[in-house]
Amino acid sequence: MNPIYNFIAELQEITLLFWNSIKGLGKKPRYFQDIVQQMDEIGVGSLAIVVLTGFFTGGVIILQSYPTLEYYGAESNAGQGVATGLIRELGPVLSALMVAGRVGSAISAELGSMVVSQQIDAMRALGTSPVRKIVTPRIIALLLTLPLLTIAADISGLAGGGVVAKQLHGLDLNVYISSVRTGTKFSDLMTGMIKPIFFGILIGLISCHKGLTTKGGTVGVGISTTQAVVLSSICVIIADFFLSKILQSFLGGMLF
Amino acid sequence: MDLANGNSQLSQEAESFGENGRSVPAIEFRDVDLAFDDQVILDKVSFSVRKGETKIVLGGSGSGKSTIINLILGLIKPDGGQVLVEGEDITELDDMEMMRIRENIGMVFQEGALFDSLSVYDNVAYRLHENGVDEDEVEHEVLRMLRFVDLEDAVDKMPIELSGGMRRRVGIARALVGNPNIVLFDEPTAGLDPPTARTICELAIKLRDIEDVSSIFVTHEMNNLEYISSEHAIIDRSGVVHFEPEGEVLCLINTEVMMLRKGKIVFSGKDEQIRMSEDPYIKKFIRGK
Repeated sequence: MNPIYNFIAELQEITLLFWNSIKGLGKKPRYFQDIVQQMDEIGVGSLAIVVLTGFFTGGVIILQSYPTLEYYGAESNAGQGVATGLIRELGPVLSALMVAGRVGSAISAELGSMVVSQQIDAMRALGTSPVRKIVTPRIIALLLTLPLLTIAADISGLAGGGVVAKQLHGLDLNVYISSVRTGTKFSDLMTGMIKPIFFGILIGLISCHKGLTTKGGTVGVGISTTQAVVLSSICVIIADFFLSKILQSFLGGMLF
Repeated sequence: MDLANGNSQLSQEAESFGENGRSVPAIEFRDVDLAFDDQVILDKVSFSVRKGETKIVLGGSGSGKSTIINLILGLIKPDGGQVLVEGEDITELDDMEMMRIRENIGMVFQEGALFDSLSVYDNVAYRLHENGVDEDEVEHEVLRMLRFVDLEDAVDKMPIELSGGMRRRVGIARALVGNPNIVLFDEPTAGLDPPTARTICELAIKLRDIEDVSSIFVTHEMNNLEYISSEHAIIDRSGVVHFEPEGEVLCLINTEVMMLRKGKIVFSGKDEQIRMSEDPYIKKFIRGK
């Protein structure tokens, strides 16, 4: 009974946090500067790791699939595999996981230590809503930057695939590029861009919630940071399945 | 508490008389109950803080002292009873409505609770920046407050560069921006050396006697009680503040002591009375044995 009760209570708190964070959007004061600052920290700050992740993932897809493709004489389709795999699935999910690890932990650790050192209480005592000042800008920054980071991961992944195909397997780059182009559908791009928006909201909400509910001093900060990363990573992967299914039935009807 | 405007004090006094000619207390608790799960934090606590009065709240760890402050700020809500701030019942107000009440309350936290990511200037200016006040005015106000706590030199420092005592003083300066009528101190001298603790107490005395602020001073250190309840501040013609002990001629009536134990008020009265108390718990608390 207790774990189920806890789960539902936590779900309720996260939903309320989400509601409160969008409720204050239209009201003054607006925290544009905080949003831009967070976009810089989250977006620009995560660019390097996301690009690296994408590059080597694209590379390894070619590395593993090329011998099979060669066996069937289908090596000219190599780019197609990378394109669909990366743009539909791996680009959004891996970027989200990297961001969950890097940004989710930072957010919950920062908020957690602010709770522990009473800075959140001080903020409320000084007449500012911590949700509007801290949570909303982070969630907005995440849902705006994660799709952009995903694009960066996709591009560098395709480049990584190209490098491996050319250097290790001697595939002509023009063949690779044209197979990437034929392999990429508009619906793939849509799926790949819509998913990260939801992932961004999930990572932001979970990390902020875990940070703001930190209890028990510095040890508590460690616990809530771990929980934030674990929970948001798992939620990203679970949400990915359901989003894929939903988007498939929506976009599939429209575009296939 | 604006020195330059003598009329404000008069009008405040006029306002503080209610319909029946009685003074409306700055803070009032009526039968406040609070419990977390099975643990009782406050048990039917009732008291009031008059305008311009300082209430020193004594009590051991876990006696519910800090909870009282959190209730006044509306950071937590009571299970039963009412909390009134300047005559307004805040028990049922939501977080948005509480913002209006909090504008009139300054809060000094145990460790200062300064925002680590902001400089001293931005910390003190926080409330003004949030309200979109003109930068010239902000600068003037910030420097005035830092002068009050004698920390003008630290204006460009980051909180991490400050000593414990300086952090508390910046916390006090931040709490005083906007001239609140009520200032709440949550163990502001905990962990400080005696001279620094004395400085903090002097600031509380100055606020009480010169700025006419109502305050709650939560502490468990007896020398704080000694200073605040037996000295008063006067300002001479040249603007210099002096601290004088109460003597034969003068007895401080604007300071009361309240003691909590396990969520109940076990003493309420003047400092002289608590010293003469025969209650074994109070005796032990005051003398340490």
